[in-house]
Amino acid sequence: MGLHQSDALDVERIREEFPILDREVGDGQPLVYLDNGATTQKPDRVIDAIADYYRTYNANVHRGIHQLSQEASIAYEEAHDAVAEFVGADGREEIVFTKNTTEAENLVAYAWGLNELGPGDEVVLTEMEHHASLVTWQQIGEKTGADVKFIPVTDDGRLDMDAAAELVTDDTEMLSVVHVSNTLGTVNPAADLVDLAHDHGAYAFLDGAQAVPTRPVDVNDLGADFYAFSGHKMAGPTGIGVLYGKQELLEEMEPYLYGGDMIRKVTFEETTWNDLPWKFEAGTPNIAQAVGLAEAIEYLEELGMESVQRHEERLAEYALDRMAEFDDIEIYGPTEPTDRGGLVAFNLDGVHAHDLASIMNDHGVAIRAGDHCTQPLHDKLGVAASARASFYVYNTTDEIDALLEAVDDARQLFA
Amino acid sequence: MGMGSDMYRQQILDHYKNPRNYGELDEKTYTHAGENPMCGDEIAIDVKLDDDEETIERVAFRGDGCAISQASASMLSQELAGKSVAEMREMDRDDVIDMLGVDISPMRVKCAVLAEKVVQDGAEIYEGEKELDKTTTEDDE
Repeated sequence: MGLHQSDALDVERIREEFPILDREVGDGQPLVYLDNGATTQKPDRVIDAIADYYRTYNANVHRGIHQLSQEASIAYEEAHDAVAEFVGADGREEIVFTKNTTEAENLVAYAWGLNELGPGDEVVLTEMEHHASLVTWQQIGEKTGADVKFIPVTDDGRLDMDAAAELVTDDTEMLSVVHVSNTLGTVNPAADLVDLAHDHGAYAFLDGAQAVPTRPVDVNDLGADFYAFSGHKMAGPTGIGVLYGKQELLEEMEPYLYGGDMIRKVTFEETTWNDLPWKFEAGTPNIAQAVGLAEAIEYLEELGMESVQRHEERLAEYALDRMAEFDDIEIYGPTEPTDRGGLVAFNLDGVHAHDLASIMNDHGVAIRAGDHCTQPLHDKLGVAASARASFYVYNTTDEIDALLEAVDDARQLFA
Repeated sequence: MGMGSDMYRQQILDHYKNPRNYGELDEKTYTHAGENPMCGDEIAIDVKLDDDEETIERVAFRGDGCAISQASASMLSQELAGKSVAEMREMDRDDVIDMLGVDISPMRVKCAVLAEKVVQDGAEIYEGEKELDKTTTEDDE
């Protein structure tokens, strides 16, 4: 990587590329968008790439002889290449497009888990899993008789790695771990966890929904067997997610969805499957979204993922510092900025997170309030809900100040 | 600061901070509980009917959750005393929002109507018209 890639982001210029950031909400409040963990905004060039596809080469892929279909097919296939290169996969064979991270989890749970798991087998998750993985493996456990176990979260919001070493055994078949927690912001020691799984002959699935958008990720360096993420959380469109899988594993796995495009030869009696990754992409895929995702990746590569990570860390550190000034703000997750992603979940004493979010909204500040799809983790934290501010490439420390001003307004109202 | 949300006028905040009829009734005709899973709001309501079984004598509630859900339960407990069961059962979301006297943003309507749903479901269960463990605003409207 060139030196320029670790430069600080030029946030002022970046903001100009995101038209939505100019809008106002409520009674003319400038939008302060701090709900990027839910979905990020999209730059003009991503919106334009999608519009350009529909305006100039819209066609179905892999089946037309005509020129438009060829152009669309090439763009769609090359989007797989762009993703593969972005996350360090060996090639497009290892990149399956899904509709989101949740579908990627389900793909592996159904195509692999349902066929391979049985009584006596174990699936190990963490207490900070998103429902996308927690609910999915819980249900696969019920269907197959496999046990589902959880690596505990320590009081400082990290995984208890000693407990993990005990929980993962030779009966463990799958270790599914969130790479960066969407609630605690914790960056988990993914490579160590993958090694732990492999030491016991288990596969490792990493949920990278909050990781790939915010930091350099290399699936080969991590050694992950499976890795999943969503386009819409990384400046790309909704409706497209990615499952990375090691080629030999994807080759062995049964298809998840049957239908057109995923087949090689069909008779009335039987069917043979298409090559990877098409074997897992039944039916007409999300072509426009793939084109948009490829553009988002090009955009992020130009910013430099190391710079993106540094920006996220800087904002998280600023938010943590500012919130630490107040005794009535409880922060969840690590309070040290080390190995911490660009999001902060918190509560203000005496104010329900939904009331807080409503008051923030009056200030034009968009945050998430609720359980963030981690209900069991919130149970463990002893709260029904929390507020969460999550940052992206266009956010500034001024916007965190605006957040804290809104918190102060809530504090006065409820005093 | 002064920006003050329309949804958090003094009355709502007062009922949230100083809930009326908070606690249990020693003598009650029925009790029922419910939750709004989205917010994690929880409310349990006790109702004491007159001997005629048609008039609401007293209402008390216990709960935990956002200001909108708890203030709504507190105000409803006052509003219902002396009303007929039939009037209570006819209430709808607009009546609740009128009672609150503030604009409720669409995402928060479930918080506002939780107490109303709980007290109505409780009446239906008491009358033997419904079997339900717990009210939830999950798949409401």
